[in-house]
Amino acid sequence: MAQLLDPILIMALALNFVALGVSRIKGVVNAVALQGILLGFLPLLVHPEIHPRGILLVVVTIALKGYVIPWFLLHAMREANIQHEVNPVVGYMSSLFLGAVGTGLAIVYSSTLPLASEHAEMLFVPASLATVWTGFLMLTTRRKAIMQVLGYLILENGLFLFGVLLLEAMPFLVEAGVLLDLFTAVFVMGIIIHHISREFASISTEHLSELKE
Amino acid sequence: MDVTPETDRSAASGGAGKAIFTTACGVVAAVAMCLAGFALAIPMLRGGAPLSARFAWDSFHGEFHVGLDPLSAFFLLPILVVSPLAAVYGGGYLMAYRGRKSLAASWLFFNLFVAGMIMVVIARTALVFLMSWEIMSLSAYFLVTFEDEKAEARRAGWIYLVATHLGAACLLAMFLILGGRAGGLDFDAFGRLAVQGPVWSGVIFVLALVGFGAKAGLVPIHVWLPEAHPAAPSHVSALMSGVMIKMGLYGLLRIVGFLGRPAPWWGPTLAGVGLMTALVAVALALHQRDVKRVLAYSSIENMGLIVLALGVGLWAWARGAPAMAVLAVSAALLHVWNHAIMKSLMFLTAGSVLHGTGERDIETMGGLMKRMPWTGAAMMVGAVAITALPPLNGFVSEWLMYLSLLKWGLATNGGGLPALLAVSGLALVGGLAAIVFVRLTGIALLGSPRSSAAAHAHESSVWMLAPMAVLVVLCLGAAMAPALLARLLAGAVEQITRGADGAHAARELVELPLETLGWINALVIAVAAAAAGGAAALTRARAMATGPVWGCGYAAPSARIQYTGGSFAATTALKLLPRSLRPGTSRTAPRGLFPGRAEFLSASPDPVTSRVYEPLFEGCGERFSRLRILQQGKVNVYLGYMVIVLLAALAWAALRGVWGPS
Repeated sequence: MAQLLDPILIMALALNFVALGVSRIKGVVNAVALQGILLGFLPLLVHPEIHPRGILLVVVTIALKGYVIPWFLLHAMREANIQHEVNPVVGYMSSLFLGAVGTGLAIVYSSTLPLASEHAEMLFVPASLATVWTGFLMLTTRRKAIMQVLGYLILENGLFLFGVLLLEAMPFLVEAGVLLDLFTAVFVMGIIIHHISREFASISTEHLSELKE
Repeated sequence: MDVTPETDRSAASGGAGKAIFTTACGVVAAVAMCLAGFALAIPMLRGGAPLSARFAWDSFHGEFHVGLDPLSAFFLLPILVVSPLAAVYGGGYLMAYRGRKSLAASWLFFNLFVAGMIMVVIARTALVFLMSWEIMSLSAYFLVTFEDEKAEARRAGWIYLVATHLGAACLLAMFLILGGRAGGLDFDAFGRLAVQGPVWSGVIFVLALVGFGAKAGLVPIHVWLPEAHPAAPSHVSALMSGVMIKMGLYGLLRIVGFLGRPAPWWGPTLAGVGLMTALVAVALALHQRDVKRVLAYSSIENMGLIVLALGVGLWAWARGAPAMAVLAVSAALLHVWNHAIMKSLMFLTAGSVLHGTGERDIETMGGLMKRMPWTGAAMMVGAVAITALPPLNGFVSEWLMYLSLLKWGLATNGGGLPALLAVSGLALVGGLAAIVFVRLTGIALLGSPRSSAAAHAHESSVWMLAPMAVLVVLCLGAAMAPALLARLLAGAVEQITRGADGAHAARELVELPLETLGWINALVIAVAAAAAGGAAALTRARAMATGPVWGCGYAAPSARIQYTGGSFAATTALKLLPRSLRPGTSRTAPRGLFPGRAEFLSASPDPVTSRVYEPLFEGCGERFSRLRILQQGKVNVYLGYMVIVLLAALAWAALRGVWGPS
């Protein structure tokens, strides 16, 4: 089963680039959902002798990351009636370039880290760092609140990758933390989207600066 | 922030029945909690073996460790005595707010406050201690801001919160240093760390002095006290002033106990800080108009006296004079107990006056002795006790302070001239305190009413009078039985001066004629009571004619020609005090044959607040407002800051990996 790990991680990395390079929001939502499903399977591959509780966590993770949250976002998208990120702060080509640079640096950087020997050979840590970087890129360079939610989800996926490594050491803590974070993020961002679209008739966070003191 | 009438009404929707039920729950809980505590505290004070209990506390990687030793029991007793009385009083006091405010929150925080203080004295690990400390401090904040619709209460709460957290920051640093050196946060581990080295124990001592001093109200970090005490409901002020500020002393003594033999400079430092605190506070108490501010400054003054005596104790201990140390520490501890009851009594009477007249300004009072006889009598007893006049309890402990300072000054190899000068400082404080309380009681209770509020004052309910009566009895009892109290606190004294020769504890105090002093006090009290009773019986038997007070021949006397609080204190405040402690005055004197409008204004803000802290914080505020540039109001920018910090941290870690010491 372990030989499946690297292909899955590489697919997850590729989906990062999809999320960075696509302007249609629906496409990005699908990419993030697919990434979530792929990551959801990882605990099964890393720790094959899994308990019923672990299986439950896998199912919940996949359901949340792959179906519930994307459905929620697509719903919000229809409500607010937006399809495209029109005018990002940093263009798509530049985003892709920055993402590629970040991914490369992540691979180089993680080779300098003092990792446990059984983790050193795997792509986990570089994939995690690269995904966090991608999430941050989307959060900082996209103007639409919904794209920022997607960036946050990608960032969480990156953290989840790290969490999978720690699953044996402190399983419950990691899982609960990740899922709670996700829940909060979507909840808070949902409220923000709702309020922005109600108050300013658009869901661009640019207008939030009107709230500045 | 303003509370609209709608929210007020909705908060109080429930009616009188609900308010009474809430109050009953709150009072019963507080009383039950304290009665249960007596079962542990009293045997300990009578010489029981220390108790200790540990529970596993995995989520904080440590133990939940509590214990009771003589020092804890000593500070536990005031909590257990004053809290139930304050609770019963508060039940009557808060009834005035029924229907206007929700009382449930107030009672929740009152009980949390009492529980927090109890936990502080029994905590045996730094973690439990700090958590209890915060519970105590934060619930006190919510109690202070009970009347949060008033800007004054919000300001007082804010100042209190800032002061208490600056103190807590010092405590955190101190416990981290202690924990780092002891290899654990358990007090037992601190206790085993007998020798610290002079530098580290000095740092720990200074941090403890600042951190706990902020709670104890030592000058110049006392500024929250005169704000918070007037703003809080009176039963809360009583508890804060009578008990909570003593927690600062407890913490200081607990930490000093970990440090072994005190360094030679600690004692004189403490004594100096204490004397300065007492002098500054009593000078400021002299010209305050707000009754509760006067009492707050008086609390600061008394904390100063206690710290002065403690300082003498440490001083003598460091010089190798254990008998002197025991005497001075006993004086300090006895004054802690005495001050706890007499200051609670004073705040409860002040609350009763506030309840009866709706005023805190003494310039609007007068003649209250006639309209509120029980409150007035209790206030008189409290004032005599707190000015340390014989035959009441304040006298006993201040007498011990004089005695320890004099003995220490005259002892060979003793404190010498500085200690003897401190005696004169103590005498000055005592004299000024007498003026302060003569002014307070004279202006408020005697004469004729200066406002219609005072003219229509009404006596408080029995729920408020009964706790005052209990405290009066305690004051009298403490005055008559100082020897018994000295025996009860001997264990705590012995624990504090453990490094000195503990065996002296009992002997040195028995040598003092405390028994005789108690008898003399009892005799004087009996004579005074008999005289008062006789006078009352005589006046009741005869018909009394009442007439106007002779106004020196002035044709149209009015209440306004009486002495005011300001004029009574004017000579002392404007002539004797140093310029920085005087009240600020401005006057437009009457001129010419047909004088026009004349004015006299005086204001007495706290000089430390107005000259040090306000300019300091305003300056900081102006400087930091330039950082507003960073506040762009755009989510992207804020996230960008995070990315920059993250990348910087990663780069630092990477570079350290490449170049750093591997």
